[in-house]
Formats: sequence, structure tokens, C-alpha cells
Amino acid sequence: MAYPDDRKYTKDHEWIRLSGDTAEIGITDYAQQQLGDVVYVDLPETGASVTAGQAFGSIESVKAVSELFAPLGGTVVDVNADLKHRPEVVNSDPHGTWMIKVRIANPADAGSLLDSAAYQQLLG
Amino acid sequence: MIPFAGWDMPVEYSGITAEHLAVRARAGLFDVSHMGEIEIAGKNALAAVQRVCCNDASRLAVGQAQYSGLLTPGGTFLDDLIVYRMGPSHFLLVVNASNAARDYAWISEQITSVGDAAVIDSSSRYALIALQGPASRGVLQPLTGVELEDLAPFSFGHGEVANARCTIARTGYTGEDGFEIFVPPNMAERVWNALLEAGRPADLVPVGLGARDTLRLEASMRLYGNDIDETTTPLEAGLGWMVGWSNETFIGRERLLELKEKGVARRLVGFEMIDRGIARHGYPVTHAGKPVGVVTSGTHTPFLKKAIGMAYVPVERSAVGAEIEIDVRGKPSKARVVKMPFYKRS
Repeated sequence: MAYPDDRKYTKDHEWIRLSGDTAEIGITDYAQQQLGDVVYVDLPETGASVTAGQAFGSIESVKAVSELFAPLGGTVVDVNADLKHRPEVVNSDPHGTWMIKVRIANPADAGSLLDSAAYQQLLG
Repeated sequence: MIPFAGWDMPVEYSGITAEHLAVRARAGLFDVSHMGEIEIAGKNALAAVQRVCCNDASRLAVGQAQYSGLLTPGGTFLDDLIVYRMGPSHFLLVVNASNAARDYAWISEQITSVGDAAVIDSSSRYALIALQGPASRGVLQPLTGVELEDLAPFSFGHGEVANARCTIARTGYTGEDGFEIFVPPNMAERVWNALLEAGRPADLVPVGLGARDTLRLEASMRLYGNDIDETTTPLEAGLGWMVGWSNETFIGRERLLELKEKGVARRLVGFEMIDRGIARHGYPVTHAGKPVGVVTSGTHTPFLKKAIGMAYVPVERSAVGAEIEIDVRGKPSKARVVKMPFYKRS
């Protein structure tokens, strides 16, 4: 699967797509492959604040549980409620499935994240 | 692939959910060659087995097998195993890979007093292939002369599979009908490939360790190292039925009799999560904020589509229907004690 150029990536295998000061956050195709069949996604409520590099939720597959890390800090403005009933879309469409939308405190910090080429280099 | 007791084992081939559902609906093929094999043979072989295994092997006819336990003098598990009676004075013990070396040493040491009985670690002489699921018989029968219909559960026969000498047992670890096939290691690949080929019309799939674990948990089969170990007895683990009281010589018997008399303080129960989340191995069962038990296995099962698990809880909280609380990574989460097995084939 391709890693789109319209977003940034983290070493923890999240992606973040900024438009203005709002960003969608999800996990990468590599991450969903590692997890296997996703059965729960635990997300914060709208209004919660998230901190760059800190866990904002967790994701459980049949195999294991992993934390979800925020690429950048800010305030949660929307949560993908669909994931409560259809967590498996994280497997089938990882790059088309955002988990939370965040109003980013300092959008300029996105410069420190990986672009598609750098992320794919990390995956080797 | 992950390292497992010295073996490289695949966690999944096509995905845990897909493999799990294939076994429930059709059939799956497992390479379980990692399992350990120990043979006991000689004039006093039965006495030796009766000494080290807690079930009553004298009830086995040649060609029959039984689930059993290797216990400490304290009545706790060194291992769980299946005992196959190969001949009047010849038994094959199939043990967990991670315990095989320790089991062999333990058995050798314990049976010196019973007379003529030799213990052989035959693990390297057998590969083991499990074919499990409702379509298993239809897949295997064209490849063998052994009449599979005549093999009752927990019995076995000798013959050929794809022209390789094999022993075929109607046993398994999934809760489905199926077979475990003992194969000489140099023939294992041929038999594996022949089975996969013969299973193509039935959509037979190879299955990894991941689905092996979710299948056995749905069927409430205990896993050594998780649900039973050297701190737990068959009575606490809900495995009283594997204790052959008519066997008066097994190690651990006195302690189990005492425990039976006195009653156990904790019990292994099955639970279903009421709150969201999966309670996994090692999570504490809590009451009023204090740990009172522990989860031994837990997952989200692909077939029942529920978060289930097993846990040791105090007897007073072990009744079916009781609500228990589990600390899921800091979050107190409600679960309900349910009857095991979670899944029983129709």
C-alpha cells in the first residue's frame, strides 16, 4: 500500500494530515499489519487535550493491545464514532480512516515529523 | 515468525480471525511438531505411568488416549499432557514443548523404584500435524487406509498418510472434530503438502499459533504457563475430571485428597466482559480496589465475537452469573462469570 504524500508520519506509526490548524490522526498500513485484526479502538472524548508524543488512546487486536500516540499536541474537536461499531476498517483502509481530529496548538511543529519518503525509509 | 520454546513458529498465515473461522466452518492445518514426545516402555511401564500421571491409565485399552497431568507432590501441575497407550506395556506421552526436557528428567527420576520401565525422549522422532474442523475427515480419508469413521474421540490407529507411516489420533486442541497425525520428521513436509492439496476443494487453510490460542480458549482448554502451572492444582483449575482417583499411586494424590476434603479457596472460571475492552493474561481481578485474583487467558474471540477469558477468583465469587471486576490497564472493568466451555460444537 502506498504512503500518501498529503500527510506526515511518526516513528510510532501514526499519520497526521493537517489542513489549516486542524489535523486528522490515524495509524499507518504498517501498524495495522503488525497489529492484525483490530477489535477495539479506545479514543478520548471531544474537548480532551492531547500532548505530542503522549498516548491519546489505545487500540486492541485479537493479538495485542497498543497505545496510540499523538504526533502533535492540541484539543480534540471530533472523534470517529464509526470505529466503535466497525473497528475493522482500520485494517481495510488505514490511510482513509482517521481516529480523531485535533485543533493543533502549534501547526509549525509539523516540520519535525517524517514525510512519506522518510517514513518508508524507516520501514526499510 | 516468533521464537517459541526453541522453535520458530508462525503466529498467523492469512490472519487470526480468518484462520479461526476456517477451523470452525471447514478445516485448518497446524504444524505442532514443537510438542514434546516421551515414551515409557517395559514390563512395568503401566506402573510407571500410574506413578507420574494423575489420571488412571489402567483404564486405557491399546489404541486409546486420555488427558492427564504430571503433578508435584503438592498436587500442582508440572505439565498437562495426553497419554496414548501404544501397546500393553508401551505408552506415548505428548507434553508441552517448553516443559519437555524438565518432564523427561522428572519422570526418569520418579520411576526408578517401579522396576522395569525405560523412559525415552522421542521428541526428535516425531513431527506432529493437526487437522481440525468439521471437514477434516473428508480431507484425510482419501489419503489413508485407516478407517477414520471407526476412530472414536481419544482413540488412534496406525497406517499410512500419503504413503508415509503415521499414527492418526482423533484428538485436538480446538473444540472441533479432527485428527493429530504423528509423522516421521523426514516425511512431515510431504504429508503436510498432501493434506493441503487434498484440502483444496474444502478450502483448508494453514493455521498459526495465534488462532491456535483463540480456538483453544473458546473451547475452554487450559494452556500450561497461562491457566495452569506449578502453583495450581487440577481441582482449582476445574480439571477434577482428569484426576483418576482409582489410580492409587500417583504423585500428588494425598495432597489432592486433602484439598478435595477441605475444599479449594479459589477456582478458575470463565468470564465475559460486560464493559468494553479485553482482559488479558496477568490482569488483576479486583474487589473494593484490592487484587483478589488474576486473569490467566483473555482475548476477543473471532467466532463468538465477544471478549472472554479465564481467571482465578475466590470461591465465593466463582458462581456462574457472579459479577467480577478486572483492572484493565488501570481501568476497573466489569465482567460476568459464565459457564465453560464458551464454545461447544453442535
